[in-house]
Amino acid sequence: MAPKLPPQHSLQHSSTAVAGGHSQHGHAAQPKGIMRWLLTTNHKEIGSLYLIFSLVMFFVGGMFALVVRAELFQPGLQLVEPEFFNQMTTMHGLIMVFAAVMPAFTGLANWMIPLQIGAPDMALPRLNNFSFWLLPVAFTLLLSTLFMPGGGPNFGWTFYAPLSTTYAPPSTTFFILALHIAGISSILGAINIIATILNMRAPGMRMMDMPLFVWTWLITAFLLIAVMPVLAGVITMMLMDINFGTSFFDAAGGGDPVLFQHLFWFFGHPEVYIMILPAFGIVSAIIPTFARKPLFGYASMVYATAAIALLSFLVWAHHMFIVGLPLTAELFFMYSTMLIAVPTGVKVFNWVTTLFRGSISFESPMLFALAFVVLFTIGGFSGLMLAIAPADFQYHDTYFVVAHFHYVLVPGAIFAIMAGVYYWLPKWTGHYPNERLAQCHFWCSIIGVNLTFFPMHFAGLAGMPRRIPDYALQFADFNLLSSIGAFFFGASQLIFVLVVVMCVRGGKKAPAKAWEGAEDLEWSVPSPAPLHTFETPPVFNRTHHHD
Amino acid sequence: MSGGYYVPATSRWPILASLALGAMMVGTGIKLVYDTGTPLMLIGVISVMTVMGLWFRDVIRESMSGLYDAQMDRSFRWGMGWFIFSEVMFFAAFFGALFYVRTFAIPWLGGEGAKGVSALLWPEFVAHWPLFNPPDSAVLGPERVFSPWQLPLVNTLILVTSSITLTVAHEALKLGERKTCKHWLTGTVLLGCCFIVIQGVEYYEAYHHYGITLEAGIFGATFFILTGFHGVHVIVGTIILASMLARIWKGHFANDQHFGFEASCWYWHFVDVVWVGLFIFVYVF
Repeated sequence: MAPKLPPQHSLQHSSTAVAGGHSQHGHAAQPKGIMRWLLTTNHKEIGSLYLIFSLVMFFVGGMFALVVRAELFQPGLQLVEPEFFNQMTTMHGLIMVFAAVMPAFTGLANWMIPLQIGAPDMALPRLNNFSFWLLPVAFTLLLSTLFMPGGGPNFGWTFYAPLSTTYAPPSTTFFILALHIAGISSILGAINIIATILNMRAPGMRMMDMPLFVWTWLITAFLLIAVMPVLAGVITMMLMDINFGTSFFDAAGGGDPVLFQHLFWFFGHPEVYIMILPAFGIVSAIIPTFARKPLFGYASMVYATAAIALLSFLVWAHHMFIVGLPLTAELFFMYSTMLIAVPTGVKVFNWVTTLFRGSISFESPMLFALAFVVLFTIGGFSGLMLAIAPADFQYHDTYFVVAHFHYVLVPGAIFAIMAGVYYWLPKWTGHYPNERLAQCHFWCSIIGVNLTFFPMHFAGLAGMPRRIPDYALQFADFNLLSSIGAFFFGASQLIFVLVVVMCVRGGKKAPAKAWEGAEDLEWSVPSPAPLHTFETPPVFNRTHHHD
Repeated sequence: MSGGYYVPATSRWPILASLALGAMMVGTGIKLVYDTGTPLMLIGVISVMTVMGLWFRDVIRESMSGLYDAQMDRSFRWGMGWFIFSEVMFFAAFFGALFYVRTFAIPWLGGEGAKGVSALLWPEFVAHWPLFNPPDSAVLGPERVFSPWQLPLVNTLILVTSSITLTVAHEALKLGERKTCKHWLTGTVLLGCCFIVIQGVEYYEAYHHYGITLEAGIFGATFFILTGFHGVHVIVGTIILASMLARIWKGHFANDQHFGFEASCWYWHFVDVVWVGLFIFVYVF
């Protein structure tokens, strides 16, 4: 199980790409200290800011989850008021989705996309800085609602009207405005990423030469630009209903609460793919590296990603099977949802086939990537169960749903982020992460995640409703296990912080090509990557790449 | 075309813009929830506009000092194109709400179809559009609605004409006939102002003689959110075109290199197209 040693000759394929020299001209004296981070236009620094912000928010959102799990440790109400419990479930979801997972992927995109396509920076560097600094503003405002009179948002991260309008606490207006700021950040970030990918590729690099992380982010950015404005629209309608007496979501005035759900999920379903497509890209980089084989079915991976993204616009009402949709709508959304299993299956089979007869080694990035493939697939299958409309009548709003989406988001999205961090840390810091501690983090995480979320399937199938601070006695054992698992998982993440901090401060030196099987362009620049790379575009030679 | 991509060193505008936007949002929130906080909101709005102006000034200076190459030009084109796409999706949410309410929600409230259970809540409710009598009698619907063939038609003609005059101005700029460009661009800005004034008159009429208010049920809600956000976009577009006019007076823009001007045209045409959609689906049908 010893980590594979880095290759001695790190630039065997140096002819495929030439790293830009680290030229000094044009870079006037950099501001020092805090000002450097406030004013930066550098994609690597902004990427680091995103990742650090995301990590902090991961722990904030995690603390909220632990409040929930502590309350659910035993039946009965013991620790918190139901009102506060609702605020915790809501804030946990909002923070994890909008402040932890999404910024983490954007941070990885910032760091890696210019390096992977041979660009000097993002296409619009100042806009990039703006996109990041909107986030602390947005989430400071969002978190401050917890201290406002009447408490913070308490209606679930899906904030269905009229719970979020007629019956909402006064702080909801601030919640809406915070989400508007976060939305502006996402849209501008996505525009920047698309412009970078379409316009900044090294001469000679065609679209079908791009690494899959770049492809999946291109498609993710398209989804973001398509649906974040719809979210902005729906929360604006909420704002109007709350403050200006409109009737968008009020049937008394001719509106419809179900309209809220349609608009929300038209945003919300593509949103869940926004949180998983870049993960597919990361895993598609790591598995070939540690299997020492090119990715199987590169083109089909691209088409499958595009197919998933297009289908994501046609499935939103599978979240609404029990609100009273016409039968034709139930059938349409059931079948369209099941169709997504086809391109997703293509991806899973491609990963498995990439592993087939590879010379596999099990360094920490690979462990997380392999766990991703297995556990994300479990989450995908429970999603298929939920897609069956008549069955969903039973599963809806139970812990089965909670188990399902946590399997795709925790060992799915978050494991992929951690895999990506371990994979690219040598490039960022010039040091390998401590492999022993990283593997310890992996095994603790995988035990914690399954202990937390696997019992939730059974609790849900037996009928335990979600978002309730108390439960019937027959669910006690499942909840006990989940709560133990959650605290174990949460504590395990401190190891992750330790590994990252140690890696930044020192460790075994990494060469430019830190992993033996790694082929993409980022491994042609030195480790750590200098602040400015590819100021002269590298010449991309496609013979060493796909096909 | 190699090696010249301009990466600005550092900039204070992004962080200041974030803080300004934050102040504007917090001020707005305090204003809405606690009915105070207007100063903070105004400081925020003014700061946002100031920072945007200074940020654009930097970009213009960099552009005019020749720091931008063809690749940078393409970045701006992709950026502006996708920004307009995001705006399209923003309006799509409101159009979608209008179509959903008219096609599904109101007929169901009137008892149509197997899912018309909400008919049990208001048995006397009769589905119709425009919705003069919302289900609950506590909500007053509009008394009457605008004829599309009066002010809305005038406004449609104004905006469509303004797209044509803008195109003439753009063609003139490309041919280097800057005087012609100034004339037609001035005309476009004036047409934009006319539109805003007429829309203001219509809003006055709506509140004082038609009973169309924000509180007037779903008709008032969809009417004002669609025309309101469109109106805001016309105001912003007019300001943008006016700044382009000022830049032409100052001698900015080359015949073959003037993306700032072109982007303003894209934006204006987009606003025009949205209006045509509004005219058809809000006023005519």
